[in-house]
Amino acid sequence: MTLATVGDEQQWAVPDVPTPSRPAAIELDRVTMRFDRDGARPAVLQDVSLTVAEGEFVSLLGASGCGKSTLLSLVAGLGSPTSGTVTTPVGRTALMFQESALFPWLTAGQNVELALRLRGVPRRERGPEAERLLESVHLGGQHGARVHELSGGMRQRVALARALAQDARILLMDEPFAALDAITRDVLHDELTRVWQENGLTVVFVTHNVREAVRLGQRVELMSSRPGRFVRRWLVDIEGPRRIESAEVADLSREITDDLRREIRRHAVATPDAGGTT
Amino acid sequence: MSSTTQYDDVASLEAGLDALDTPARTSESWGTSLRRSVLPPVVAILFFGLVWVVVVALHVKPTYVVPAPSEVWSTFTDYWAQGAVQEAVWNSLRRAFVGFAVSVVIGTALGLLLAQFRFVRTAVGPLVTGLQSLPSVAWVPAAIIWFGLSDAAIYTVVLLGAVPSIANGLLAGVQQVPPIYLRVGRVLGARGWASIRYVVLPAAMPGYLAGLRQGWAFAWRSLMAAELITFSPALGTSLGQLLQTGRELSDMSLVVAAILLILVVGVGIELLVFSPVERRLLRSRGLTGSST
Repeated sequence: MTLATVGDEQQWAVPDVPTPSRPAAIELDRVTMRFDRDGARPAVLQDVSLTVAEGEFVSLLGASGCGKSTLLSLVAGLGSPTSGTVTTPVGRTALMFQESALFPWLTAGQNVELALRLRGVPRRERGPEAERLLESVHLGGQHGARVHELSGGMRQRVALARALAQDARILLMDEPFAALDAITRDVLHDELTRVWQENGLTVVFVTHNVREAVRLGQRVELMSSRPGRFVRRWLVDIEGPRRIESAEVADLSREITDDLRREIRRHAVATPDAGGTT
Repeated sequence: MSSTTQYDDVASLEAGLDALDTPARTSESWGTSLRRSVLPPVVAILFFGLVWVVVVALHVKPTYVVPAPSEVWSTFTDYWAQGAVQEAVWNSLRRAFVGFAVSVVIGTALGLLLAQFRFVRTAVGPLVTGLQSLPSVAWVPAAIIWFGLSDAAIYTVVLLGAVPSIANGLLAGVQQVPPIYLRVGRVLGARGWASIRYVVLPAAMPGYLAGLRQGWAFAWRSLMAAELITFSPALGTSLGQLLQTGRELSDMSLVVAAILLILVVGVGIELLVFSPVERRLLRSRGLTGSST
């Protein structure tokens, strides 16, 4: 096992990873995002740059308030940054949330069909295509199920099928498994890994679960809070199928957790004298 | 290939989890649900009937003030034989349906305007809410002065009674749409009208339906008030007019029969139309326990 650690411990400057031969799927160039006009509060995102290669699986890790969700919204096109640029050269993005956010007035299959319809798929093809997508997340035969009849894990799989129905090349996930029980989450990690590999998707996975980040990602990006910035980066180089309880995952998780804690403690020092210019 | 078996494993694992996690669906028998939902109101009605009989038997008041159930029944059958009851119910229901239908169109349009444009909401919103609490009987004199003793006057009162409820119901429904649905809609590519059609309106349905239900109740009430006051032979027999006739003839059993008819029609529409629609809507969204 080799853990390639890139990054500079003492300052923020993270050198750009010379991305693999594949082209970039997501590019953030010195993105700053602030919600207040006067700039009194620290920016939610400050001067953030990130490149994600096509087909790459990146985990974004950070404590609350580090702007992870904001960053995903920007990539999804749900807002525009205060300054800087966000580009997704490979096209469409799909976004999944912590709650499945399936529409309760539709059945599981109709939820998937709506995504197809909004994408412009002709009526005749929607039914079979929705069925195929549901089968791809092992939910064949659940086409007519009402959302409230499904378990949390099943809902997230329908949401995954709906995201796939958008035919997006980029899948953005905002803590999608945070509300699930550990057993279901573990199974969905396998499921997501499979879907990612089979479809050649680019995935950005936001979480505050260190092990989950390591279990899933080819790269883990640690973010600081207030202002949100990238602090450190790990390339996860574990051969073969991973399991959340394996020693390699545990080792790297420990290292990342140490960094994360250091990051959080910094705030305890900075907060009391609001200025914090020491 | 090891990865293939790993994924086969996922499929069977998920199938197992799904079976464990899926809540068991219980359905109660037809007889049980009938006993649960029909028996209590029947008991209540029998009880009130009994109280009525006892009061009459005790001669608390003379029978021209509190008529016996049998007198009310015989008055009812008399008027039925003349065809007056059927005509009255038909005329009133027709007016209520037409008035309600027009109210739905206007109220829905107004509700959408209120929901969509902040300016309209700020400017007209309080007025609409105010109208909702203004008893629509208050409009009867104005309507008669404007339109005379005519159907137009009656419809004016019905509209003023029902439109604000429907508009406010739709507005409340739209305002209570969880923001996450709107975000999902945008992610899926629903903008503008597509967002309204596929996300906002379906999501607002429960609030809208509550508004329609209240709108119907207000329309029916307003109609009775209007029919009672705009009393003219040209307008034909109606439930409100039966009431007025009863009053003029000092025929208390006709008055009671008319009140009961108004009640039965109002409750009947509620039970036959609104309750089933609402129950289906809420149940399909998992908003109501299936066993309660």
